[in-house]
Amino acid sequence: MAIELSGVRYRYAGASAAALSDVSLRLEPGRVVGVTGANESGKSTLCLVLAGLAPKVIGGRLDGSVRIDGVETTAMRPYELAQRCGLLFQNAATQLSNTTATVFEEIAFGPCNLGLAIEEVVERVWWALRIVGIEPLAPRDPARLSGGQGQLVALASVLALRPAYLVLDEPTSELDPAGTTLVAEALAGMARETGAGIVLVEHKTDVLARIADEVLVLENGAVALSGSAAVLADPRLAELGVEPPARVLLEGEVRAAGIEWTPRLAEALA
Amino acid sequence: MAALEVVAAFALPGWVGPLIVLAAVLTTAAAARRLRGLATISLAASPLVGSILLVNLFLLPGAADPIARLGPIGPTWSGLWFGLQTVARLMAFSLAIGLVYLTTAVDDLLADLARRGVGRRAIFVVGAAVQMVPSTIGRAGEIVDAQRSRGMDTEGPIWRRARGVLPLAGPVVFGALTEVEERTMALEARAFSAPGRQTLLRVPADPASHRVTRWAAILAIAVIVLARASGRLG
Repeated sequence: MAIELSGVRYRYAGASAAALSDVSLRLEPGRVVGVTGANESGKSTLCLVLAGLAPKVIGGRLDGSVRIDGVETTAMRPYELAQRCGLLFQNAATQLSNTTATVFEEIAFGPCNLGLAIEEVVERVWWALRIVGIEPLAPRDPARLSGGQGQLVALASVLALRPAYLVLDEPTSELDPAGTTLVAEALAGMARETGAGIVLVEHKTDVLARIADEVLVLENGAVALSGSAAVLADPRLAELGVEPPARVLLEGEVRAAGIEWTPRLAEALA
Repeated sequence: MAALEVVAAFALPGWVGPLIVLAAVLTTAAAARRLRGLATISLAASPLVGSILLVNLFLLPGAADPIARLGPIGPTWSGLWFGLQTVARLMAFSLAIGLVYLTTAVDDLLADLARRGVGRRAIFVVGAAVQMVPSTIGRAGEIVDAQRSRGMDTEGPIWRRARGVLPLAGPVVFGALTEVEERTMALEARAFSAPGRQTLLRVPADPASHRVTRWAAILAIAVIVLARASGRLG
């Protein structure tokens, strides 16, 4: 049981260069894999490949193997992929259907598409609302939510399809610190409660440091660094266009000032 | 009812059709407290109304009953009469359609279409088209603000405002086009293409009075069209 990418190379339709080159990755249920990198490093493309939308929906050429629980994504239909691997886009506004009057109905959009019994649809919607912690938003108009709330509704909408894996493409990119905290807490809770495997693409490395079990840093479509969350303290991170977590920056400043960095100091500053 | 009103506005002869429809639309709008919305629609139609009146007033073919003489051309009574009648038909048509938009909850409309077995793609197109109006207005507002913050003058005389149209239209159109791909992917990520019928979360009420009114309107449309086609309405 896992999503496995093996030697993946992907080129968009009409593009001369590959957006991903020789990327390998394994995501098991209950694990959180963080992905970061500079702009244009291939993060969003990796999300589309993981969720099977590339090349299934947007075309292009895929070499290598992308398997979800042992089945090649190219052998599955988009609605089958949606039930195995949910994808959350950066922009919540384009992810919502725009055809529903309440958040409840918006989250029910996916399960309704599957033609599930109404009792199951209702049960899934309340479950997704609870997991993400937005039950009070259920009767609200999805068009009148804040950025953070909209992103959480989009997240609940994906969860309601009960995928075993989730791919989240910069879910906090348009959010202020309060919204980022809101989403990060929801993600941490979700990872614990659902046992889903999560790929979290983020520029905000503080979020990754907090919840990722493993981190990949991409550069020009290839994996430049990988390993445990300790990778986020690698000095090469800045060269790759990634800002290290605040704690790492702080540690650097403290050491540069000639002060010894002790676990006790780290705990106090946290 | 809107369909009946549109047919009546154009098929009934003289002033009868448009005036009956206008009276019906205004009464309904007053009851639904949507007169302000209709006023906005009327204002939006005013350039077209003005041009119809001017063209007919001065250029109606065969009109020979001048109101006054202004050099080589002159306004005519029959031009004025015909222009007013055309405007009444246009307004009856526009306001009837406008009232549907103002009084119909989009989700009710879509739920009703789903109940009637309309395909999910067709329903989505209807819903997205209706929602496109407010979302495009919102996007245009954001772009105007952005252009203003970069020094573009969008206030003042009309020629100055006209200069701002191109920098507004470009981002609105291209932004909408680039959004299409992301929306398509987002829909696929929510099992939009799954086979079989969609689950109906709720079924809008369709009481007997609504059904009787609907069938009466369909019957009335058929009668008007047949009477018009057979020449009985002149």
